[in-house]
Amino acid sequence: MSTASATVSSRLADIVGPSNVFTDSAQLATFAIDDKNPSSVVHAQSTAEIAEIVKFARKENLKIVATGARTKLGIGLPPRQYDIALDITHLDRLVSYDPGDLTLSVEAGIPLYKLGAILAEHRQFLPLAVPYFDRTTIGGTIASGVDGPLRQLYGTARDYLLGMEFVTGEGVVAKSGGRVVKNVTGYDIHKLMIGALGTLGVITRINFKTFPMLSSSRAFVATFQTVERACGMRNRVSQSHLAPVSMEIFSPGVGNFFSSEAASKIAPPSIPENIFSGSRWIFTCGFTGNPNALARYESDLRKLAEECGAVNAVVLEEPQLASAFALKREFIPIALSSSPATTILKISVQPRRIAEALTAAAREAENRHLPWAAMARGVGVIYFAVFPPESSDAMRQRVVQASNNILSACAALGGHATIPWCPSPWKNGLKVWGLPCDDFAQMLKLKKVFDPDSIFSPGRFVGEI
Amino acid sequence: MNSHAINDLKKLLGADALLHRPEELLLYEYDGSVEVARPNCVVFPRNTKDVVGVVQIANRYQIPIIGRGAGTGLSGGALARQGGILVVFSRMNLILEIDVENQRAVVQPGVVNADLSVAVAHTGLHFAPDPSSQKASTIGGNVSENSGGPHTLAYGVTTNHVHSLEAVLSTGELVRLGSPALDSPGYDLPGLFVGSEGTLALITEITVKLTRLPETVKTLLAIFDTVDDATETVVDITARGITPAACEMLDGWTIRAVEAYVHAGFPVDCAAVLLLEVDGLREAAEQHAEDVADVCRLHHAREVRVARDARERDLLWKGRKNAFGAVGRLSPTYYVQDGVIPRTKLPQTLRRINEIGEKYGFEIGNIFHAGDGNLHPIILFDAREEKQFQRAVASADEIIGFCIEMGGSITGEHGVGMEKDRLMPLLFSEDDMNLMRGVRHAYNPSGLLNPGKIFPNTKGCGEIHVRPLPVAGVSRA
Repeated sequence: MSTASATVSSRLADIVGPSNVFTDSAQLATFAIDDKNPSSVVHAQSTAEIAEIVKFARKENLKIVATGARTKLGIGLPPRQYDIALDITHLDRLVSYDPGDLTLSVEAGIPLYKLGAILAEHRQFLPLAVPYFDRTTIGGTIASGVDGPLRQLYGTARDYLLGMEFVTGEGVVAKSGGRVVKNVTGYDIHKLMIGALGTLGVITRINFKTFPMLSSSRAFVATFQTVERACGMRNRVSQSHLAPVSMEIFSPGVGNFFSSEAASKIAPPSIPENIFSGSRWIFTCGFTGNPNALARYESDLRKLAEECGAVNAVVLEEPQLASAFALKREFIPIALSSSPATTILKISVQPRRIAEALTAAAREAENRHLPWAAMARGVGVIYFAVFPPESSDAMRQRVVQASNNILSACAALGGHATIPWCPSPWKNGLKVWGLPCDDFAQMLKLKKVFDPDSIFSPGRFVGEI
Repeated sequence: MNSHAINDLKKLLGADALLHRPEELLLYEYDGSVEVARPNCVVFPRNTKDVVGVVQIANRYQIPIIGRGAGTGLSGGALARQGGILVVFSRMNLILEIDVENQRAVVQPGVVNADLSVAVAHTGLHFAPDPSSQKASTIGGNVSENSGGPHTLAYGVTTNHVHSLEAVLSTGELVRLGSPALDSPGYDLPGLFVGSEGTLALITEITVKLTRLPETVKTLLAIFDTVDDATETVVDITARGITPAACEMLDGWTIRAVEAYVHAGFPVDCAAVLLLEVDGLREAAEQHAEDVADVCRLHHAREVRVARDARERDLLWKGRKNAFGAVGRLSPTYYVQDGVIPRTKLPQTLRRINEIGEKYGFEIGNIFHAGDGNLHPIILFDAREEKQFQRAVASADEIIGFCIEMGGSITGEHGVGMEKDRLMPLLFSEDDMNLMRGVRHAYNPSGLLNPGKIFPNTKGCGEIHVRPLPVAGVSRA
């Protein structure tokens, strides 16, 4: 350790106590972002400490990345400078929970599964069924903006986030919103923090609306010969009065990695054989309700599937249902473990263009002999994963070409795409945040208000902000 | 106002798109609130280019610019607090695109809320945000205020139904925020601009989400002999995890006012009614209606009526949505509050409002979105008497103070505007507000866009002052 960093760590120890500052290389390596280690890891115990750390960093021109369970540090570009990993997992308290009002306030470091267990005692839940569910913190989930299958019915966090407390790049503790379910007082600054990758502030406390737990649920799975037919099924369902809680389309062969070793760790292989295997496109949706409603869903879905030319259709109940849902939720981690160089594009198009976007992406991958798999949400968000068999330079070239073409194809379809996950060394050549966006100049204005000295995650987000 | 500015505006827009004589401006001193402020002139742009031109002229002469839709707002958001150019969007009222397949529509800001739902009704879709003013209020106004409505309990407020915006900043810069496809990379700018009360930009085009109309709608009227029974019912419905599409409460006093005007069929001898709606798939809605009715009976509802057909249902909603008009017949002026509380605190809050009314000697009616704890106490007073006005404001402040004590908020859907700016320090610290001011400055550096709104003028002042009396003779009878 150099003298300079020794000084830094001792100053940090003054703020959080020596037992909460780490500088040994083994520790630092576990906080690496794109193979870059921080100089110090700091475990903050309170919002006030975070404010102090930020003020100190600002004065010393040190850069901070706030971290939770570190499941999604791979998203985004490498940090330009990375001095302090600010671990907020000790801020994990339930601040308040009013089950009768269905509202909740938590510190950002609380793991989702823990929160889920507290809510379950009152037969409530948060519809954040996101990847890495068994480890991820609520703060990391919000900051990374990842989504989950339940967005079909419940929307995303922006639809049930009520308020937030955070620390700005000037070390100011600020808040917006409130704790009640309806509120238009002041600007909705908390919405800006969703998916901002921590570039506007360190999230310390989050208020949510909670939801009554679903009554009995089922899943409907139908297979189709073509992507157009599977998407046709999606279109028919959204034109109907059915309101499924989730709706996804999977590409053929997705079963190969759903039956992989990585997948079996996430969900025990209790799914009936052959559901996800074979060469067909898979349409799946989850639904819930009383026995009459369940029967109605089942008969309407079977009828629609038949009209849309389904090859076969099956209804899943517990325990298969939970396994199938976990696989859907954990599509990204499973895909990432399926190849040393898995690269995943997140594509957004209007819902009626899903088939075209999938076709275009598949063509680009196949033209370059890149194995691929895709999960398309009914709302128009597609996760398109390519699995290069190795991380060689030649392979990187192929992935760069394919992804560049996919980005352009999505833009031509009126949508957009980014590359949230790829091997670190490839980030240099890949357009990680997609094509330039029209409103970037307006984003830059915000960054200057919240973090004028670019203390937080410099260079990692859109436009290397 | 500078006559050169008037001439420039006339040249840009034509004489028929500009009002500036004092008698022409009278109407534009008002919105739906108790505030009054006169603009220097009113312009009616026809397109985005006109709006950009107006903003450029405003910059040239350093004149404030205030956007306005139908002027139905309840917080003075569309009033020219410091004078200036009122930009009225009534001529930008085209539905530019309806995309049934993707459930999207692109509209100009002056499109009337209800008109969009009427225009797409044949496709089985609608625009879900339904403020009570929806037959008059514009989508641009709804976006600026992040309007709610009875059905936001299940469907969400305006911000949950906006995909992207086109807007003109105070510099005259034309920007596009967000995208019709979901999850635009970068910061959620539409999420910030929706509900910014015209202080960040003038909205010139909006891409909204259209929602499928439910298969079955069941509308119930539960009649109670005590207010407590009605509020306890709401607490219980919420706690059981039943989310009706709407859950509105009207107290006996309001019911009698409404019945004298609308004849909606509300029983005039009761203490309160709950107007409840459940919707969805036939099988689910029927069950939910039964569940809701059971909870009402458990809390001693005298009667639970179910609307038999669309006509009966419309009549019940007419009673609800015209309630403010009905109240307006009773008093020269009324003052509507918009506080929010946790739903569990409804019973004691209603009791407290009643006590506050007695203390100040006012009739305070209650008609509100009980399901999301969004109160609308209506204080009747005569603004021509200065003392009455001061007392009305003092009683309103006491109600809001209680809401905040309960863990609530000062406004659920009406906005802060110029009405509640002085209450902001009750919820936000100076640091919170300075950050928000920083955001305003980033997009509205000249401060010309809707000045004097949202934030208290006096920095660092946490105490509440009673406002001066508005111009005498406010009458909405």
